[in-house]
Amino acid sequence: MTEQLRRVPLIDGIDKVTGRARYTADLEKPGQALVGRILRSPVSHADIVRIDAAKARALDGVVAIVTGDDCPFTYGVLPVAMNEYPLARERVRYRGEPIAAVAAVDAATAERALALIEVELRELPAYYTSADARAAGATLLHDNKPGNLEREVHNEFGDVRAGFEAADLVRESTTSCAEINHAQIEPHATLAEYDPLTGRLTVQSVSQVIYYLHLMLARCLGMETEQIRVIKPFVGGGFGARVEALNFEIINALLARAANGKVMMRLTREETFLTHRARPQADIRLKLGMKKDGRITACECEVVQRGGAYAGYGIITILYAGALLQGIYDIPAVKYDGYRVYANLPPCGAMRGHGSVHSRHAFECLLDRMARELGLDPFAVRRANLLQAPTRTLNELMVNSYGLAECLERVERASRWKERIGRLPRGKGLGMACSHYVSGAAKPIHWTGEPHATVAVRVDFDTGVTALTGAADIGQGSSTMVAIAVAETLGIPIDRVRVISADTAITPKDNGAYSSRITFMVGNAAIDAARRLKAVLVEAAARKLEAKPEDVDCAGGVFRVAGGEQSSLPFADVVRAALVDRGPITVSGTFTCPPEAQGGRHRGGAVGSTMGFSYAAQVVEVTVDEETGQITVDKVWAALDCGRAINPLAVEGQVEGSVWMGMGEAMSEETRYAEGLPLHASFLEYRVPTTIESPPIEVHIVESHDPLGPFGAKEASEGALAGFPPALVNAVANAIGVDMDELPVTPDRVMEALVARRRQARLDKARDSARRAAS
Amino acid sequence: MLDAQKAARRLIRIKVNGRWREDAVSDNELLADYLRDTAGLTGVKLGCDGGECGACTVLLDGEAVSACITLAVRCEGRVVETIEGLAAQGRPSRLQQAFHEKLGTQCGFCTPGMILAAEALLRKNPDPSEQEIRLALSGNLCRCTGYVKIVDSVRAAVEVAP
Repeated sequence: MTEQLRRVPLIDGIDKVTGRARYTADLEKPGQALVGRILRSPVSHADIVRIDAAKARALDGVVAIVTGDDCPFTYGVLPVAMNEYPLARERVRYRGEPIAAVAAVDAATAERALALIEVELRELPAYYTSADARAAGATLLHDNKPGNLEREVHNEFGDVRAGFEAADLVRESTTSCAEINHAQIEPHATLAEYDPLTGRLTVQSVSQVIYYLHLMLARCLGMETEQIRVIKPFVGGGFGARVEALNFEIINALLARAANGKVMMRLTREETFLTHRARPQADIRLKLGMKKDGRITACECEVVQRGGAYAGYGIITILYAGALLQGIYDIPAVKYDGYRVYANLPPCGAMRGHGSVHSRHAFECLLDRMARELGLDPFAVRRANLLQAPTRTLNELMVNSYGLAECLERVERASRWKERIGRLPRGKGLGMACSHYVSGAAKPIHWTGEPHATVAVRVDFDTGVTALTGAADIGQGSSTMVAIAVAETLGIPIDRVRVISADTAITPKDNGAYSSRITFMVGNAAIDAARRLKAVLVEAAARKLEAKPEDVDCAGGVFRVAGGEQSSLPFADVVRAALVDRGPITVSGTFTCPPEAQGGRHRGGAVGSTMGFSYAAQVVEVTVDEETGQITVDKVWAALDCGRAINPLAVEGQVEGSVWMGMGEAMSEETRYAEGLPLHASFLEYRVPTTIESPPIEVHIVESHDPLGPFGAKEASEGALAGFPPALVNAVANAIGVDMDELPVTPDRVMEALVARRRQARLDKARDSARRAAS
Repeated sequence: MLDAQKAARRLIRIKVNGRWREDAVSDNELLADYLRDTAGLTGVKLGCDGGECGACTVLLDGEAVSACITLAVRCEGRVVETIEGLAAQGRPSRLQQAFHEKLGTQCGFCTPGMILAAEALLRKNPDPSEQEIRLALSGNLCRCTGYVKIVDSVRAAVEVAP
C-alpha cells in the first residue's frame, strides 16, 4: 500500500464536525410528518384480555392507531426463532413491551391518545432470574419451550476426563456478569413514508443491517420486497443494538401505512434502553486443568444466560459463548454446556464481542489464579498455550494468522511488566488478559447461496469513481475503509472516490455491520470490484498508449507504461477513453467465504467460524482505595493483531473504544430491574464512564498479515473488549489480594469483598487461638 | 415532549450564530427544540431525556449549557452559538478541523456538543492541561472513542494558533 493512504480521517468526518450530518431524528421537523408513539405494557407478564382504542381514535388529531390485530406476523433475526410480534398479541412478556401505537398530528395529541387506549390484562407469574424461570412448575413464557429454555448446547471436543486426570492442578470458578446495554448516544428513531397511490413504503432508520429490516418490513406488513425501500441516514452508534429489525421500526411502518402518510417516531432514552437487545446477565462455571508448566490440559465450562422474553439472537449468543472458548489457545479438550433462558425482561441480543465476553472473562481470571498457585507469571501461562498458525481448532475453527505472541511481547514491554510486577506498593496493581474475536461470521444468517459481500464501482462522464455498498457505516468508518480499498487498488488518490452506502434501492445487498465482518468481507469485495474496473481501464489506457495491457499500470492517478517515461495518461482521460466503447461502466466485485472457513458439522458448528480472528493482549494498571472500594484505572496498554492496519488511525480509534467499553462493563455498567421495572433507563443511572474516569489507552498495532484478509487485514473493533474485564479483575487481585467474581466491580462489591476477607481473617484468628488454648 | 400548544406564546429576540432573530416561542419550549425545530439547527443533538449526556450543548453568552434543560424564553436578548455557527465562511474552526483529522469523532452524534464544550473551555483558557480538558468535557458522554482521541483533538487544536 502506498504511504499517503495511511492514517486517513473519515470521509464523512467534516459532515460530523460541522453538524451537517443528518441523523434519522433530523430528517423531518414537527409538522412535516405525523408523530408516532408507542403504548407499552405496564406489567411483566400477562394475558391481554381486551384492548379498546375507540376513545383514542375519536380524539381530534389522531390519524392512525395500530395494535397486535394489525400485524399477525412474527419477526426475528433468526429464521428458526421468530417468536415475537411487533405489537403484542394475546400475551405480554415484559414490562415495556409494545401493545399499541398512535400516529397523530403532534406529540401532545399522540400522548393524549395513548392515555385513552384501554387495556385489560390478566397477570401471570413473572420471572426475573434464570433460576426462577427454570424452576419446576414455572409458567412457560413460550408454550413450545419447556423449562423456559430457549436453547441448550452440549458439546465436547477431545477427551475432557483424560485431560483433567493428566493435570497437576484442577481449579473451578463461579462468575456472574451483569446485563449491560449498548448505550449508543443516538436514541432510536425511525421515519416511515407510505404512498397509498403507488403502494410503496420508504423507511429511513437507525439500522446496522438495512437488509434484515427490509425483509422484516416485507414480512410483517405483508408487502412485496420490491415495494419497499430502506435507507440508513447517519447513525449515531450501534454496537449491536441495531443488528436486527427492531419492534419500533416495524410498528412505525405499520402506522405510516395505516395513516397513508409519513410518520416520525423518536424514542426517548428510556424507551431506547427498553428496546435493549444487549448483553445478557450470565452465570459462568468454569473448570480448568493445568500442568505445572502452565499448559492447559482440559476446559469445562457452563454458561447460563438470562436472555429476556424473546428469542432475538439468543441461540447465536449461547453458541458463541462455547465456540469462542477455542480459537485463542491450544487446548486439547473442551466441554461446553450452555443454557439460554427466557425471563420476563426486555429481550437481549448482540453486543460488541457478542457471546465471547463472559466466558473469556471467566477463563482469563481463572488462568491468572491458577498461575499464581503454580508460581507462574501471567504472561508465561499464556505463552505456554499459544496456537501455531495455520491450524484448525478442535471445533473446526480456521486460524490462518495469529499475532498473539507479539501482542503479549508488546504490552509486556510497554507496561514495563517485568520490572514492576510484584514491586508495586499496596493498593497499586497490574493485571493482564488476552482476547480474540471473529472477523465476520463465515456463515450468514440468511443462507441464500449468494456471495458474502458485493460491492459495485462505477465510472461515468464526471470521471470520478463511485463505490456502492450496502454496508452500514455506523461511525466505525466502513465507508472510509471502502474508499481506501478502492483507491488503493486503482492507484488513485482517495478523494477521487465517492462512497454511497446503505440504501436498498441503490446499493448492492449487504449483510451489514455485525460480527466485525465489513473490513474482511466488504473490503475484499471492494478490492475485487476495483480490480475488475481497473482491468477495463488498463485495456483502454493500453489502446491509447499503444502498449500491451500487462505493461500498463496506474499509480498516483496516472496510467503509465512500464519503463516508458513519456507514455502516461491522467486517470480522467483513461476513463473517458473507456466510456467511448462502453458508455457508463459499473462493475461488481464479490467475496465468498470458502467452505473450509464455515465451521464444523456439529450442531451449531457454524457459529464462531470465521475467515480470521483478531487477537489482543492488554495490561491494566489500577489504584484501589481500600477505604472506599474505589478503583482508578491509571493506564491501559492494549495490543491488537488486526492482520494489517488498512487505516491505523481508525484501528487505534476502534481499539481505544472497545477497550474503554470493556472498562464500563467491568466497573460501572449494569442494568437493574425491580419487578421488571427498569431502574437504570437513563444516563444518570446507567453509568457510562465519563472523561474523568477514563484512562489513557496506549494502542499497539500488531500485523500478522492474514493470507485471505483484504491487504492482509482482519477485524479491529471487537477483539480487545473482552480482555479488559479480566485484566481489571486480575489487577485488583494484584493490588489488594482479593479475587472479584462478579461484574461490574463496583466500589460496593469491592468493599463487600474486603469486609468478608477481614471477617474471615478474624474468624481464622479466633479459631487459631481457640485451638491453641485447647491444646 | 412538552405540551407546547397549551402554553402561552411570546416573542423573543435572540442572537443565533451571529444573527438576531425574533420568534414566537411557548413559555415551556426548550432551547433545544427551538433551535432544532424553528431555527432548523439540527446540529443540536438530543441524546437523553434531559440533562444527562451533553449532546445538546450550545454556547449561551459563551458558556456551555445543555439546550435540552434550558427554556427558550430565558434566552431573550442573549447570544446563542451552535455547531453550525463555528465554521465561519465555510472554513471549519480549529477544533472542528482537529476533531476531523485526529478522529475525535466516530459516529458523530456527541461531536457537536463535545466541540462546543471544548470551545467554551478554550475561549476561557487557551492552554488547558489534560486534566482541565477532561474536566471541561466531563458532562459530555461519548460511546465510541473512549475519549482518547477527543482529548488528543482538543490538544491539537490548542497547538494551532487561533
